Amino acid sequence: MIDIKVTDERLDIPACIDWVMSPESGGIDVFIGTVRDATKGKPVVRLEFEAYVPMALREMQKLAEQAIATWPLHKVLLHHRTGVLPIGEVPVVIAVSAAHRAAAFDACRFLIDTLKQTVPIWKKEVFEDGEVWVAAHP
Amino acid sequence: MKLNVLAFGIAKDIFGGSVVEVNLAENATVATLKTTLEGQYPRLKQLSSVMIAVNNEYADATSVLEQRDEVAIIPPVSGG
Repeated sequence: MIDIKVTDERLDIPACIDWVMSPESGGIDVFIGTVRDATKGKPVVRLEFEAYVPMALREMQKLAEQAIATWPLHKVLLHHRTGVLPIGEVPVVIAVSAAHRAAAFDACRFLIDTLKQTVPIWKKEVFEDGEVWVAAHP
Repeated sequence: MKLNVLAFGIAKDIFGGSVVEVNLAENATVATLKTTLEGQYPRLKQLSSVMIAVNNEYADATSVLEQRDEVAIIPPVSGG
């Protein structure tokens, strides 16, 4: 089972974990991305996330399907937030359940790593003296 | 044909808006669209990568565009 969401509302971490839990699952792996207060030593004021929502949902669905085809998983959840996020807020939650921990760990890592490479979502870092679209320039 | 290209992230800043109209020959390819956009907005050439999405899928350079396609420019993504 797959649950995909892109939303401008706060992500509900306990609800995400509850959703992937099931009696046959012996392991749940969760990745929670949070807004860090600095980049390379430079204080960050906030992050702003923008998504091409219909395509982002499709790409996230593909990733979840790819993970299920690769590892013996029970449930896969990918939630991403958009909008303005201050320090400590949560832009992304990934949760997976499996009978055993190895598949859950590996799938979770694959999902966050690949999401960062392929899903059309963009992050702007806002500093006290300027702002930058992350990864835009070499 | 006239094509509306959706823009996100830094591409939106470069275009000065979330959509830009481009004039292309009939049967133009994704590669032609990219070259045309880079000609009109040279700052695109400074980006790490520029992809084109057609109907919510990453498109190959050789794909042929049609008037009714939903076309978007995808600058380097940075979610998560």
